[in-house]
Amino acid sequence: MTEREERRFAEVPRESIKLMAESSGVELSEEVAALLAEDVCYRLREATQNSSQFMRHAKRRKLSVEDLNRALRWSNTETICGYGAQDALPFRPLKEGELFFVEDREINLVELALATNIPKGCAETMVRVHVSYLDGKGNLEPQGTVPTAVQSLSEDLLKYYQQITRAILGEDPHLMKVALLDLQSNSKIAALLPYFVYVISGVKSVSHDLDQLNRLLHMVKSLVQNPYLYLGSYVRSLVSSVMYCILEPLAASINPLNDHWTLRDYAALLLSHIFWTHGDLVSGLYHQILLSLQKVLSDPVRPLCSHYGAVVGLHALGWKAVERVLYPHLPAYWANLQAVLDDYSVSNAQVKADGHKVYGAILVAVERLLKMKALSLTLAAEGSGAGLPGTTTGAVGFRENSPGLSPPSEPLSEPPLGIASHLQAGGAGCPWEEWTPVSLPAMYCELYSFFGDSLAVRFSTGPPLGGATPPGPCQPLEGRKEPASSAPNLENTRKMPQLTASMNISPRQDGSPRMEPQPPSLAATETRKTCSVEVPPGPGLGTTDIFPKARFPLPQAGPPAFSFIIGGRQMGRRCQGRRFQTSFTPTPPLTTHPPRAYAHKLPVIGRVSKPVRRWTCSHYSLHLPL
Amino acid sequence: IIRQKNPKKKTYYAAHVMTPLLSAPGEKMAAVQDAPMELDSEKETKPEILSDGTSNLSGNTASGTLSSPPLTAGGAPKQEDQQTLIAVLQFLRRNKLTESVDILRREACLEDQEDSQTLDGSGGGKGDGDGGDANSLLSRVSIASAAAPQSTLTPIPVKSEYDQPDVSVVLSAYSQQGDPSLYQVYYTGLKNFIESVLDCHRAELSQLFYPLFVHMYLELVYNNHETKAKAFFEKFSGDQECYYQDDLQILCGLTKKEHLKGNEALLDFRTSRFVLRISRDSYQLLKRHLQERHNNQIWNIIQEHLYIDIFDGMPRSKSQIDSMSGSFAGETRREVNKAKVFYGLLKEPEIEVPLDDEDDEAENEEGKPKKKKTKKDSMGSKSKKQDPNAPQQNRIPLPELKDSDKLDKIMYMKESTKRIRLGPENLPSICFYSFLNAYQGLTAVDFTDDSSLLAGGFADSTVRVWSATPKKLRKVKSAAELNLIDKESDDVLERIMDEKTASESKNLYGHSGPVYGVSFSPDRNYLLSSSEDGTVRLWSLQTFTCLVGYKGHNYPVWDTHFSPFGYYFVSGGHDRVARLWATDHYQPLRIFAGHLADVTCTRFHPNSNYVVTGSTDRTIRLWDVLNGNCVRFFTGHKGPIHSLAFSPNGKFLASGSTDGRVLLWDIGHGLMIGELKGHTDTIYALKFSRDGEILASGSMDNTVRLWDSMKAFDDMETDDFTAATGHIPLPDNSQELLLGMYHSKSTPVTHLHFTRRNLLLAAGAYNSQ
Repeated sequence: MTEREERRFAEVPRESIKLMAESSGVELSEEVAALLAEDVCYRLREATQNSSQFMRHAKRRKLSVEDLNRALRWSNTETICGYGAQDALPFRPLKEGELFFVEDREINLVELALATNIPKGCAETMVRVHVSYLDGKGNLEPQGTVPTAVQSLSEDLLKYYQQITRAILGEDPHLMKVALLDLQSNSKIAALLPYFVYVISGVKSVSHDLDQLNRLLHMVKSLVQNPYLYLGSYVRSLVSSVMYCILEPLAASINPLNDHWTLRDYAALLLSHIFWTHGDLVSGLYHQILLSLQKVLSDPVRPLCSHYGAVVGLHALGWKAVERVLYPHLPAYWANLQAVLDDYSVSNAQVKADGHKVYGAILVAVERLLKMKALSLTLAAEGSGAGLPGTTTGAVGFRENSPGLSPPSEPLSEPPLGIASHLQAGGAGCPWEEWTPVSLPAMYCELYSFFGDSLAVRFSTGPPLGGATPPGPCQPLEGRKEPASSAPNLENTRKMPQLTASMNISPRQDGSPRMEPQPPSLAATETRKTCSVEVPPGPGLGTTDIFPKARFPLPQAGPPAFSFIIGGRQMGRRCQGRRFQTSFTPTPPLTTHPPRAYAHKLPVIGRVSKPVRRWTCSHYSLHLPL
Repeated sequence: IIRQKNPKKKTYYAAHVMTPLLSAPGEKMAAVQDAPMELDSEKETKPEILSDGTSNLSGNTASGTLSSPPLTAGGAPKQEDQQTLIAVLQFLRRNKLTESVDILRREACLEDQEDSQTLDGSGGGKGDGDGGDANSLLSRVSIASAAAPQSTLTPIPVKSEYDQPDVSVVLSAYSQQGDPSLYQVYYTGLKNFIESVLDCHRAELSQLFYPLFVHMYLELVYNNHETKAKAFFEKFSGDQECYYQDDLQILCGLTKKEHLKGNEALLDFRTSRFVLRISRDSYQLLKRHLQERHNNQIWNIIQEHLYIDIFDGMPRSKSQIDSMSGSFAGETRREVNKAKVFYGLLKEPEIEVPLDDEDDEAENEEGKPKKKKTKKDSMGSKSKKQDPNAPQQNRIPLPELKDSDKLDKIMYMKESTKRIRLGPENLPSICFYSFLNAYQGLTAVDFTDDSSLLAGGFADSTVRVWSATPKKLRKVKSAAELNLIDKESDDVLERIMDEKTASESKNLYGHSGPVYGVSFSPDRNYLLSSSEDGTVRLWSLQTFTCLVGYKGHNYPVWDTHFSPFGYYFVSGGHDRVARLWATDHYQPLRIFAGHLADVTCTRFHPNSNYVVTGSTDRTIRLWDVLNGNCVRFFTGHKGPIHSLAFSPNGKFLASGSTDGRVLLWDIGHGLMIGELKGHTDTIYALKFSRDGEILASGSMDNTVRLWDSMKAFDDMETDDFTAATGHIPLPDNSQELLLGMYHSKSTPVTHLHFTRRNLLLAAGAYNSQ
């Protein structure tokens, strides 16, 4: 027996053989039993080895009774019946004595036959396809998500789902409000998530209906804000729906009366919101989205509204995204935009208006880029330690950013957090462009050459903080002449307006009277663009600025006062769009210096269209403190 | 016994007669009968005997003898045949089977003309003898079957002595009684010697351990020294290489002489000679040692059961040896892989490719149409030149192209102009086809070449076909309805389809066991499925009914594969043979026998002239379709081989096995040229990208891995010189070659397919556990 124990396989003891023989009425001698036992063991092992082949060919890891039966059948042995069930058979020990047995419950056939609950047939075998890896990278949707056929909904959930979707997509704004509120706070709707996501993916089929699109976006927002929902892989589907609203030339935008611009703005904010709140889930997507935005931007065939979407989308993804994608693209894109804006023909009026939209969006994006960059430099220079908390809050409160959307941790310093880290990560293998950071002054110079004073004026607004002006980054600019100095008019004497980094640190004292403290929500759409240039600080304010301010005359200095409402929308009059007026009358382009010329020939940016009533109504929801 | 045997003979005989049918498709018969054919028929006898085991021992003497050629197939059979005959004659004479002797004599003189008759004759003659002496014969048969071939395959250095082999010595293969208690001493002596030799020889000589161990153990068991055998096993089993673990497991359960009889694996071990490859220096060292010590026991085993393939040159290193060993019967003999293989591709038929208008108009961007033209031209010029390594166009008869095939070829060319060029920087996108709710167990998957259809074989005996495009699957209308349609109309092909039957998938019922292999015909009209029930079925994808059931394998058929030109297909199964069939013949045209265990997977070479088979014996064999010879024999895997793939240029072969490794082979030179390590479970799917730059492997470990096959092939310099030694140093560069690893959540990858534009499709059943 000791020898036996060294063996590496199970054996049937001769006692068992004898017992079995006795049970069938045969008396066995010790010797015969021993021989039989050994042979039984051997045959069992043989059968097991053979059966493993069937398992391997069935591409399984688990040996089944069926496999053993097959092996037995092929060696002309009787098979074992009655153990073909798929579920594992429990092998139980008896408490007293070392007895093990397979549990074999009795089944009442009568009961089974007369049972009223007919088992549901198992779901049909089907094949589902999805792109797992695109270009060998990234998993769009983790494979093996629970198929809908498997998941069953309870009656209540189904009812809830129907009511909610009906309410949101229905006509009654009040009902919708309630439904969205519930969607945002209900903790028991996890099972419904795929269905809602599916409904939302319907944006593609209602692209003609701004109202519906807007409602669906609100649904996205509610889902995203629901703290009880784990979006998991569905976030990708949501993002793709949002991206659709941002980028696609929606059917609704054919009619100029439809304010699809606002929809795009809202969708962009939503996108930014998703990224800031669910960054962990969508981190893999950041790169892809940047790419697709860039693709749209670089595709001249796309309509301007798509370009607009791309710009606001980039803006929403943070200043780093703007720096990486929009900024390098600007020179190329500018030519196209210029061509549109130059065309004064009547037939082009609409397109031109759209072009102004894009111009405005770019300006806003670029402005923030400069400010954030300057701020980051400042902070870096200051050795941000103590200054950071205060300054960040300042940044949050600062004009066009939206408190709810951009978390305080907007990447300012160089070791970046959040999005910036994606950029860094992607930077190594960054496929679309070799990217080298451009210094702030250089960037400003270049941008100034595009926008001219309309850019400059934006930097002369905030009350500067003494001492915060970093001489470092700005120093090189000081002696530099305005590149357009060759222009024949007054400019040759004027230095290029410089930007003061100090202003970024100052909390925004928003002059807009209707500016209300916004709840940390997406409702910030309105606030974002409300940035009218009020009284720029006069030179006599005693700033320590060593740089000249914008050359625009101060309000008290003369009548051509301009109101500068880039991206501004006045509350209550939803669709006024942005207004942008410079003090200049359209002058013929200065051929001597084309880039400079861009800045001068933009009398009006934005489009004043009649507000659409329905939109107003639906937009109401934006104010909801959802 | 005679009656039992004759039907068997008939089966192979019938197969032999069938061979001319190979030249079938619509052509005049081009007679394909020549010397190698006989080898083929001889081999055919083997599987039946092996699989029948004990029940048919009487047949073994004759056929066992003749079954030796498969082992040497491709070598120099003539001389060995002669020796075989002499051995058989001696055996017959000893048993006073004079009639048989006469017959054999007579027919041996006729030489190669009618070998099949020789078989029948000798078989019949033996039958006479059986009557008188059946018992004593029975007891000896198993020995004879083991020993007879060995007499023919003497090791090279001692060949001259064996002109007149002493049959009695041969027969007593295992019955010779050394002192059983000394076995341990012998083995230990050798072990001590090997451990004391120089490092460079030690690795080579260590190869001896395993075969010696097995043979000594079996001798002990055979001679009823059960306890001694057990002790021997206990003492030395730990010394063996880990990759023999599976075999040792089988071995350790085997303790009685009776067990030996029924055990096919060991029968094989004894009938085949374990091949070792040892450098001349090491061999001399060993020989001197054994002669000095008069260690006859071991020397005998080496001479009788081992084949030592001696090469001149540096002794191999441990890793080199390990990479090649692991198979059931040792390594490859170099001469086996000497045969010329025409691995080149056949010339593409010249088809006028109409420059399609609509496409050019669609892509009106300047430059594009131009590019296309040049591409096509280059393609044309490529196909015009005959590849020097390609077989003759009509080496095996191939079906003529139908109009629809030509259309498909045109489609293929169009698609391939849009193909993405893959490379290490440009990896393919992967599309995963998950089978959901496949409770019944998905066992096999195949895609059509154009990726429009998808077939799954299931453990519940069904085959399901899905459309991978939005186009639904439709049946042809019934005969009565077909009568009604206007046969002259242009859209008659559309009209014959029954719109009512349109559905996304169709089920095919007919098998009575799990379906282990499915394969689409290249023209997408047929589907093959092989099953545990021993049949291969041909299904029509027009009517979705079964057309033919090919019965021939009497055991489970593990795999089947259509020729890239259609018409032919190959199947392999538990009966250890692969069979070549033509769709219009109900019996096989060729039987490829030689594997020592189940044929687990079969693939056609891109030029359709060769068939490759992988087996549970951990070897790969390449067979010539023309004459049934085994022209390549690859060893190196450490587990059963479950996937094979040819590179698109036909030059290379990749194989994957349960050991989780992919091995790469140069077919022309017969060498292993790469080893890709990384998978942690059985590799069930292998596929080269359309241009051959990327090799994709899919495994039970739920991953798809992409390998830089271009780099793997380019890094290897194989020429005739390196081929002479039979091995080349393999770099351990799996990590460099691995381009990407892609996880599925819980779906083992059972199939991989590259679309014509190089999108990678993977398929598998979602496993919810």
